[in-house]
Amino acid sequence: MVPQREPGGTGIGAFNEMFDGKSVRPAYRQLVDWVEATSPETLTQKKQEAEALFRRIGITFAVYGEGGDTERLIPFDMMPRVFTEAEWRRLERGVKQRARALNAFLWDVYHRAEIVRAGVVPADLVFRNEAYEPAVVGIDPPGRVYSHIVGIDIVRTGPEDFFVLEDNCRTPSGVSYMLENREIMMRMFPELFRASRIAPVDDYPERLRRTLASVAPPRCDGEPVSVVLSPGAFNSAYYEHSFLADQMGIELVEGQDLFVLGDLVYMRTTEGPKRVDVIYRRIDDAFLDPLCFRPDSMLGVPGLMNVYRSGGVSICSAPGAGVADDKAIYTYVPEMVRFYLGETPILKNVQTWKCGDPSDRQYVLERLGELVVKEVHGSGGYGMLVGPKSTREQIAAYAERIKADPGDFIAQPTLALSTCPTFADEGLAPRHVDLRPYCLVGREVHLCPGGLTRVALKEGSLVVNSSQGGGVKDTWVLAD
Amino acid sequence: MLSRTAENLYWLARYMERAETMARLLEVGYRMGLMPSTGEGYRNEWASLVAAAGSSAGFVAKFGDEFRQRDVETWLFFDRENPSSVVSCIETARQNGRAVRTALTTEMWDALNGAFLDLRELERRPRSAALLPQLCDWTKRQGALLRGATEGTHLQNDGFDFLNLGCYLERGDNTARLLDVKYYVLLPTTSMVGGAVDTYQWQTLLRALSAYRAFHWSYRGEYSPRKIAHFLILNRAFPRSLLHCQDHVGHHLGRLAQAYESRTIAHDRLQVMLGELAEAQIDDIIDEGLHEFLSRFIHQNAALGQDVADGYLFGGL
Repeated sequence: MVPQREPGGTGIGAFNEMFDGKSVRPAYRQLVDWVEATSPETLTQKKQEAEALFRRIGITFAVYGEGGDTERLIPFDMMPRVFTEAEWRRLERGVKQRARALNAFLWDVYHRAEIVRAGVVPADLVFRNEAYEPAVVGIDPPGRVYSHIVGIDIVRTGPEDFFVLEDNCRTPSGVSYMLENREIMMRMFPELFRASRIAPVDDYPERLRRTLASVAPPRCDGEPVSVVLSPGAFNSAYYEHSFLADQMGIELVEGQDLFVLGDLVYMRTTEGPKRVDVIYRRIDDAFLDPLCFRPDSMLGVPGLMNVYRSGGVSICSAPGAGVADDKAIYTYVPEMVRFYLGETPILKNVQTWKCGDPSDRQYVLERLGELVVKEVHGSGGYGMLVGPKSTREQIAAYAERIKADPGDFIAQPTLALSTCPTFADEGLAPRHVDLRPYCLVGREVHLCPGGLTRVALKEGSLVVNSSQGGGVKDTWVLAD
Repeated sequence: MLSRTAENLYWLARYMERAETMARLLEVGYRMGLMPSTGEGYRNEWASLVAAAGSSAGFVAKFGDEFRQRDVETWLFFDRENPSSVVSCIETARQNGRAVRTALTTEMWDALNGAFLDLRELERRPRSAALLPQLCDWTKRQGALLRGATEGTHLQNDGFDFLNLGCYLERGDNTARLLDVKYYVLLPTTSMVGGAVDTYQWQTLLRALSAYRAFHWSYRGEYSPRKIAHFLILNRAFPRSLLHCQDHVGHHLGRLAQAYESRTIAHDRLQVMLGELAEAQIDDIIDEGLHEFLSRFIHQNAALGQDVADGYLFGGL
């Protein structure tokens, strides 16, 4: 099968990660040779094998707001996405820098809020933010870390041009796909791995386990006991919760498995209560403790926050971490890098207009047809407007929504996301991709060499979310 | 281990075992249906199967009190409104397994999830009468696959004990129910005892329990209720006998006591039950009344299950 050399119509202007004009970029040379040497029949057969493997293992996700099959497969594309070591090293520096700045910001806003006093970030964006938790003001989490797993969504528009689309400081998901995609690729194409030197990602669970242990609370004596706290089997990311617990060799608990006694947290075991030191929680702040947050929460642990406050348990990510990954706060992250670290930001932000600001709003409403508009608190690609792909009616309706609640929206230029060769009906064709690498922050900061590449499988589409017809790819970082 | 994990493992095993029993029951019904008409004076075999499955009320509410074969098949195999149908059992077993995915080996999950996926496939196909024996075989095979995967790949730790406790508590209960169907429900009048119909029914029961040849080896033919009852209740060597199941429950409870260095009320009750059963003579059981004996066993077995839950599955203080 011969890869298609030019982007098919819609990809015009986008940076093609595999081809530089007519010639193949070095990172992809070996892959292209392999594809050209492999018959289409073999590739089709491999694709079916991969799907069967995924379903057997049980990697599925649920799509919100759709009835029917609650266990769907995320489409997996066999063509990996490749970074050279030099490209990756730069990305790595940028992501780590951003993760450090975001954590410094979080500690600051729950203490003296110097960044607000200095007039760098407006007070109302922080203190009137829904994700700001007055309940944790003044608490010092171990190592001053709030966000222990930072997932930073990055797009590429040119050889050197990487932009951060958003930061995820709470509980970024998808890392199990990174690990399973690699596992499946290695199982199906061992020859590719023998021929290239691809940085391994499989030590991620072990590093996560060590990161959690490194932030054990002050009152922990002895080997810290960590657990993964999940909302349960009906959550769309449940597979990931169980996968990570399994890989780390720690318990996967639900709220009902934990209870507070005195000033400590315990889990219910067949041998009686067992003390818990670190909770990697995959439930939202609001559900953590019905005595402190939402009183109707069935998912949390009554009294948990008291134990947390008194240094009896660590919660990862720390309650209140969400204030740093708000889309309105996002615009200030480069300023945070300068303010806290005294460094020049390595990764750029996408230019962002805040509709809450009258002149920005004016600008956005006049150019809705060119821009991407998102809800400030939204996620998962829901409720967004991609101007160039929308009808006049959709745009008009969206304009009304913006006018009604301007503060809820931000707008960005429609970026020409880079494309990656992807298996499509017509053969190998360019499709737009983004990247989510996973940065671990404990006593040390570590970036896993790889990440989750999401791909918009529909020709020309820029929406890569799995809930909106996106797929995933294995992401390779080549060693020099 | 987490109490909830133990609970899920326990119920996962129970439901897989129950699915298998439902298939065995259906097989009994199917084979009995092949007999020439049994004439008046007998209760309908299909009705007795539903009674043995403990779901008559639900069946009558949905299908009425005429027990047609097709309806019973639907009810006991496919119907999600019946919590004990094969489909419900396998789905519940898988749900329990999915909730503790990390406590299962890949092979066990494959077996469990494979059964679930096959089932979806089965439901899409049109039904035909000839299919029932295949459905029953398929169900038994799924049980065997999961058990094999468990024996072959699961760490023999406390999780393994909870799986086995679920399996043997359920199996003991199920054997007692199956035996009760034949003895009490099917042949209410003693005048029929020893007749061709009677013998055929005993054979069918043994076949359904995969015990036809085993019985021959052990007792050299002759289907006397006394011998069969002895075989199914007191023969330690037969893997579905009540004594065998209780032995295993005892074994796994013992292992837990050792691992956790503490006993529970379940240990005390089991000791009493096992003592009685091991000492029992088949003639005494028959004199007491087989039906009364079996009812008592089912009741005690359920209490033992509750003790296990109280001792381990609710955790905390």
